[in-house]
Amino acid sequence: MSQFLSLKNVEKRFPIPGKDDYIAVTDVNLEIKKNEIISIIGHSGCGKSTLLNMISGLDLQTEGSIVLNEKEITGPGPERAVVFQNHSLLPWLSVYENIEMAVKKVMPKLNSAELRERVEKYVSMVNLDHAKDKMPGEISGGMKQRVGIARALSINPEVLLMDEPFGALDSLTRANLQEHLMRIQQSVENTVIIITHDIDEAVLLSDKVVMMTNGPEATIGEILEVNLERPRKRVELQHDEEYIRCREAILSFLYEKFAKEDE
Amino acid sequence: MNRELVKRIVLPLLVLVVIIQVWSGIAHVVEDFPTPSDTYVAAFGGVDAEGDDIVGVLSDPFYVENVDDKGLFWQIMESLKRVFGGFALALIVGVPLGLLIGMSKNAQYAFDPFIQIFKPVSPLAWLPLLLFIFQDINLTAISTIFITSIWPIIINTALGVRSVNEDYMNVAKVLQFTPMEKVVQIILPVAVPFIFTGMRLSLGIAWLVIVAAEMLTGGIGIGFWIWDEYNNLAYHNIIIGIIIVGLVGFILDVAMGKIADYFDYTKKGRS
Repeated sequence: MSQFLSLKNVEKRFPIPGKDDYIAVTDVNLEIKKNEIISIIGHSGCGKSTLLNMISGLDLQTEGSIVLNEKEITGPGPERAVVFQNHSLLPWLSVYENIEMAVKKVMPKLNSAELRERVEKYVSMVNLDHAKDKMPGEISGGMKQRVGIARALSINPEVLLMDEPFGALDSLTRANLQEHLMRIQQSVENTVIIITHDIDEAVLLSDKVVMMTNGPEATIGEILEVNLERPRKRVELQHDEEYIRCREAILSFLYEKFAKEDE
Repeated sequence: MNRELVKRIVLPLLVLVVIIQVWSGIAHVVEDFPTPSDTYVAAFGGVDAEGDDIVGVLSDPFYVENVDDKGLFWQIMESLKRVFGGFALALIVGVPLGLLIGMSKNAQYAFDPFIQIFKPVSPLAWLPLLLFIFQDINLTAISTIFITSIWPIIINTALGVRSVNEDYMNVAKVLQFTPMEKVVQIILPVAVPFIFTGMRLSLGIAWLVIVAAEMLTGGIGIGFWIWDEYNNLAYHNIIIGIIIVGLVGFILDVAMGKIADYFDYTKKGRS
């Protein structure tokens, strides 16, 4: 099978008036297969969000090319759904309406029964049936993020992009959401790219962990394959040799090879 | 009974007693100044200090003697019509203009200097010019209110548009919303509470300005009525007029606040 999503020599410069351009990321080459789950990990400021924004098309690279399904990415589109760090639910719409709005726009041909069925399916997928008529202001951060995931999946994206999706949550809620994501991923099967700074999260969720060097001029340092069977069980993995190997590889990359000095 | 409620009733009554004392004091010192009881009789009717039987201005607010002599209710209605006429025009022009200024940097650059310069001008300064243009009391009053109301509406609408969270726009971009869909589904819901804040401010100022405007234009309206009572040496009616204007303004503000809350998504589903 040919490559599904590929990044070639991608570079992002930000012009700074009166100074040299700031090069956030450079020379990024990455091949991603269909249905792969990729984590991108690195210290803050390593340009991992910049990289994700370029794949989503919300920001465009200044050099190189990003190709999805043999089509060059030139802007945002619903085939690359984004789960934002701060959930980005529209606060004037209920949980149900937030998902409905997305489905309605991306699948305008659905009749009202099909629309309702589809929205309800994704509400159920994240176990929020009881809260579907609540407003975002009335539900917890973890629930909001689940709605964000449901909204992103409801439009049937080819790639699901998650920008530190659980970064703003406490660690117990985060673990809970990781379980949700793994369970959903078993049934949905699409390509997922997760930006994270959490080593356990990266190993637990992904097939490959992409480790970024420090910015400026950040690039991919190493790519680690995680050869763990799915479904994965958090507790059992703690003593699994492969899990420990992956964890140590990432730890050594982040804290030995590319340790970040305190500024 | 609820202690809080008792305080809310008793404390203002205490202040009222003080106000009436001060008022009586002023009436004692200033010759011909109406006492509280004179004013009460003038408002609700009864027998005045000279022993004459008087029909109070509030006991028959609906009378129509002729075009120039109508009851207090009609005076208020006339003022309200002008206020809402000018206010509605200001909304029709101000909201789209505010949306444009909020969305387009170029529009902001183009209009901002003029808004900043004209906003601090008392709308009454425009009144002679408007009277010269329209040669008509009603149109002059309405257009004065239009100029009064439009600035807060434009400024708050533009502020509302600018306060749209970048994340919401990113959602719209991923879903490939058209510009129209962005306005209707993202920008307006965010801007509406701001627009209503602008409307509430505008209406408050419009009600302040109409009294003065009508004093200048003459004819009919609560402002002119107050001025006319001055010319009639009926000072007690001025006090009645002030209280009525205050009450109407208060009701307008509360009503506008209720409507604003109804459209404000941040106040929904929170009770």
